[in-house]
Order: sequence, then structure tokens, then C-alpha cells
Amino acid sequence: MELQSQHFREKAADALADSAAVAQRDKIAQFTPIIRDAAMQEFGSFEALRKHIKRIRQHSLDNLDYYLARFELEATNNGNQVHYADTPDEMNSIVLDICQQHGAHRVAKGKSMVTEETALNDYLQRGGLEVVETDLGEYIIQQAGETPSHIVAPALHKSKQEIRELFLEKHALGERALETTEDLVDEARSVLRETFLKADVGIIGSNALIAENGYSMLVTNEGNGDLCANLPSVLIICTTLDRILPRGEDATAMQRLLARSTTGQAQTSYTSFYSGPRREGELDGPLETHIVLLDNQRTDILASDYKEMLQCIRCGTCLNHCPVFAATGGHSYGWVYSGPMGSILTPLLTSLETSEALPNACTSCGRCGEVCPADIPLPDLLRDLRHEQYQQKMTAPRWRVGLKLHAWLAVRPSLYQFLTAMLTTVLHRLGRKKGSFSQLPFAAGWTSVRDFPAPQSGTFMQQYKARTKADE
Amino acid sequence: MSDPSPPSVSLFVTCLADLIRPSVAFASIRLLEQAGCIVDVPVQQTCCGQPGYNSGDYESTVPIAKKTIALFEHAQFVVAPSGSCAGMLTEHYPKLLEGEWQERAIALAEKTYELTSFLADVVKLDKAPAILTQMPTVTYHDSCAGLRELGIKEQPRKLLRELCEVDIKEMQQADVCCGFGGTFCAKMPDISGKMVDDKLRDAVATGAGMITGGDLGCLLNIAGRARREGIDIEVRHVAELLSGDLYSPAIGEGE
Repeated sequence: MELQSQHFREKAADALADSAAVAQRDKIAQFTPIIRDAAMQEFGSFEALRKHIKRIRQHSLDNLDYYLARFELEATNNGNQVHYADTPDEMNSIVLDICQQHGAHRVAKGKSMVTEETALNDYLQRGGLEVVETDLGEYIIQQAGETPSHIVAPALHKSKQEIRELFLEKHALGERALETTEDLVDEARSVLRETFLKADVGIIGSNALIAENGYSMLVTNEGNGDLCANLPSVLIICTTLDRILPRGEDATAMQRLLARSTTGQAQTSYTSFYSGPRREGELDGPLETHIVLLDNQRTDILASDYKEMLQCIRCGTCLNHCPVFAATGGHSYGWVYSGPMGSILTPLLTSLETSEALPNACTSCGRCGEVCPADIPLPDLLRDLRHEQYQQKMTAPRWRVGLKLHAWLAVRPSLYQFLTAMLTTVLHRLGRKKGSFSQLPFAAGWTSVRDFPAPQSGTFMQQYKARTKADE
Repeated sequence: MSDPSPPSVSLFVTCLADLIRPSVAFASIRLLEQAGCIVDVPVQQTCCGQPGYNSGDYESTVPIAKKTIALFEHAQFVVAPSGSCAGMLTEHYPKLLEGEWQERAIALAEKTYELTSFLADVVKLDKAPAILTQMPTVTYHDSCAGLRELGIKEQPRKLLRELCEVDIKEMQQADVCCGFGGTFCAKMPDISGKMVDDKLRDAVATGAGMITGGDLGCLLNIAGRARREGIDIEVRHVAELLSGDLYSPAIGEGE
């Protein structure tokens, strides 16, 4: 997916100008935290389990070399072929090679953000393959020629009406009403059923790689992942090497918070563990299975101050709780990942300079960090990225000058108090009658959307010192 | 046995109260004195350093933090009428500093409180300095830093209800940010504007005549947007309400 994060501000302004989309996002932003909170309340031990998950994730990452080697050994013993890819291009080329070796024409794909990261679909299509997304949300946006707006719910930005019009246009099925959600889902299901049956290769992602047995865990609500994995004769699992966990029980511990965090479900409809190809005597399953493990900066992140970001389990909860995400929608972020996790991952995986706006699209409200099931200090990491931007002089010069001047004055109390007293006296005299300013030359950003309340008469320090003097 | 000596409090005024709304700091002093505290105000104080810190200028924030620590570390208690400034002292100075200064930051953090939590939890204020006969119905805006860094939610409500008999109407999505976010509101005004509109919509929907809260940053943002949009709702800091000061014009209102 092409990086567009340098246009965050423009995209956000456009997103805010679309009132129907704003209303839809408002509704979702109110709804998703409610279902998450209800699920956690019923569950009862969110804090304890998230501390546990954090420990597991940190332990896995601290011993990544060990667990990866173990995973590779076990997975290979199960009959899988394990591949490593340093770059997105490498992953794409490994996958295309496998498809070509089998003379494949059609690929059925399950939802995978990693393959969005590598733009696999474009690559395979250029290689002459037909690729169909089979997750309903992904299918919808593929038909519409769009990109995911949410890492878990890719078509979250689409209204039912838009989807209806899209299906009427794209599916040559003649006159039909297609009024209800059930109609839409049924139609997609019957179209996709053909895809599953005709596909030569299935490609899916992974929520966890289990080192002790070489299994790969996938959670879905539609079961499309299982059909991609089991019907075509070749299965390719595309994921990143940081998905590794030591034991099966670690994957299920994670699963306990994953669905509750995202959709408020105790469990997704399907939780599948893929061991490898069909064994002798088995009646179904793929004949050949590949696991492609992408690095793409992960090992660099592991060695950096942003290591904790690798604890992320891709639940999307930080998106659902971020008021900036709610205001702007996922597309404004201009790449694969959005919301708080995207504002950290995008600069780390692409370029801090190009995605300059993202770490600044944050009020430091802390809601993301509060709900993160992997206990990642998201607000701290976002501020650390702003620190790096400041150090590398990516922060706008007028801000740098203003902040430096403020910091310089703040350690010179006499001068600070003299100047602030002067400034507030002027502002008080000018603004006392009306009570606020609709325009201020040095606060254009503030006054572009709100008035600036006029100061009361005299700073506190002026008044306090005068009173103390009078008392003496 | 003699009475224990009264608690001694050094007030961290906060720069916004100092420059824009001194009545908040004076109200804080009245409340602390009503609770039996001896209050002093170190006059060399300026700002806690949040604007630079949150914008990523850690290096310039270090001398501000050290200056603040040196100025306040001899206090028995440090109290600020702001969750975000108190949170800066308690949560962020220890992260920012290293070595001996980190230890001093942690020591300061252990005795630093936001005003309403200090009044409710530590000195247990049980009587307001002055009771107003006509208290308006209010809705309470939880500021993010106070709510999430310091766990302040019940304390201001308890004080308003029990000491001032204020009727509080809770708004929808009370835990969502108002869009202030320090320099965020000036860096990304469109997004901030949308967030504060949502906050005002939820506040107006309660039918309350006043929005109150514990942080001037949020309140200036909310009042400023209300003025811009012509929304008729008063905005005041909770310290002013608790101390019975409804005489000065509300935030953003003319004389």
C-alpha cells in the first residue's frame, strides 16, 4: 500500500467535511467502547490477564531467536515449509514463486494486514494471478478499490447503502432487492463459495505462532480463513516473526482478551490451529503448506526504544477508543495501520519524516494505553516519537522557537513574571468587556476554531505578592 | 495529648491559573485553609513544563523540572488545582529525569496531589468556606490526565454533592477527551474543534447550566468554543464552585 501519511491533515479535513461519514463514525465510536467495557466487566480480571499477556509477549520477544528456531523445527517436522523474508518485496516474491510452481491461477485470501503492508495483492495480480479477498470486509473494499479503514473491521467506513450499490454494480445477478444486511451477507457468501472451490492457492494470516508445536492460530468470525486454508491444495500463511508465542496456552490466554477487546465477544466464532499439510489417511486439508515470516523492520524495532510496540496483538481496541481516530477515520492516516498503534507503527515501518503528522495526532488523553490488552504504553511511545522528531528538527520552526522561548523564560522567574504580567494586563484591558477574543495574532491555531478567554485582572503572582506585602 | 500540627501545603499555582484565572488559585487557598492547612505559595514558580515535554522537547523540560523540584521538595504537601500539572509532577518528572534527580522527583511525586483528591482523600474537607444559596445544576468534565493518570473521578463529585449540595448531571462519554491536548489544539485545530463540539453537545444534552472541571486547559478550550458557537453554558473551575466564588465572570464571559 502506497504511503500517504504526509497528507494526514488534508485527509482529516476532508473526512470531517463529510457529515454522513462523521455521523457514522460518531455512532461507532460510542458503541465500540461500550461493548468492550461490558465484556471486560463480565470477564472480571482484565488487569491481571493483561499483565500476564505483557509478560508473555515480552518474554517471547526477548527470546525471539530461541522460539523462532523452535517454531521452525516443529513446523518443519509437521510438514510445513518455513520461509523468512526480510523485506515486503521478498515476501511477495516468495509467495508468487510458490503460486507459479503450482501453475496456480486463482488465489483465495483471508484477512491479513501483513499482506496489506507488503501490497501482496497488486504483486500477485501483476504476476498474472486472480486474487479474491474472502473476509467480508476485505471483499467489500476490494470490490470498491479501496483500502482498509480499520485493522480489524476493514470496511467500517462503508454504509449498508454503499455496500448495496456496490454489490448491485459488481455482481451480475440481475434484478434483486438486496435490502437487508442478511441479503448482502448471503449474496457475498454465495459469490465467495465459488471462489473457495475454484482457488488453487489459499493465503491467510496468523494471530499467533506457537513455538512448542509449530501451530499457527487464526481467529475469524466468518470461517473464511478455514475455507482458504483447507479447500485449495496449497496453503500459504503470511505473517511476521513477532507473532511468536512459546506455548499453546499462551495463545489461548491472548485470545481471551483479543475478541473481548475488539468486538466484546468472549470468543470469536472460529479459532483455528493449523498444524500443516494433510497427513496420510486424512480426507481433507491442503497438500502443501508454507509459512512465510516477514521481518520488515521488526528486529530493528526489537533493538530500539520502541520495543514494547511489538507486544501489539492487533486487536484494534486503541483505534476504537481514540478520539482522534473517531474524528478522522482510518483512511486519514494514509497507510495500513491507523489510530494510536498506526501512529507508532507507520513511522517505525516507513519514515518518521513522511508520517510526521501521525505522532502529533494525539491529545495524550491516555485512553488507548488504558484499554490496550498488551499493556503497551502507547501515549509514552507517541511522545517519544515526537521527541525524536524534535531532535531531528522535523517539528515546525515556529513551534520550536516558541517552545524554546517558553522553556527559557520558565527558568527565569523574575523575567517570566514581569513579561506575563505585562501581557495579561494588555489582554485583560482589551478583552474584559467582551470576555474573550475571536482573533489573536500569536494564537491563530487556537482562535481558528474557538475564542480565547480574556485573562482576569493581573496575574496571580502579581496579586499574591501585592497582598502579602499589604499584610506585612 | 496536643493536636497534631496542621498540614502544611505548598500551592503549585499552575501557569494557566496564574496568567488567565487567578481566582482559581485564590479559591484553592481558601479551600485548603478551610481544611485546616497552612498554605504557602513559593513565588519563584512558573510552569511545570508540559508544553515542551508533550511536544517532544525533553531536553528543555529537564531544567524546568529540576527547578520545580528544588523549589517544592521541602514542602510537606504540594497541591495543584490541575490534574495534568499534578500528573506532570508525579508521573512524568520521574520518567524524564535520571539518577539523583529521579530520586528527588519520586520523593516529590509522593507528596504531590491534585486539589480535589487532596481535599477529599487526604485532609477530608467536610465544610465549604461559603455556601451559595443558588447553586446551579452542573455537569462535570473529567480531564484526561486527572482521570487516567491520577484516578480522579469521584472526589470532585463527592465534594460538590456533600459540601455544596450541587446537583450533578452526568454527560454521555464523560471519559472522552475534550480536544484540548495542550499544543494539539493549536496544531490540529479542525480535529480539536470536532472533539470539543462533541463535548459541548453532550454537556448541553444534560440540561445543566454549567460545565465544571478540575483543569483550566480543558475549561478554556470548552468555554472558548462555546463562546465561538454562541452556546449559552457557563464554564467554571471546580475550585471556584467549591469555595463559593460565583461572582467573577465565568470563563470567557465579559464583565
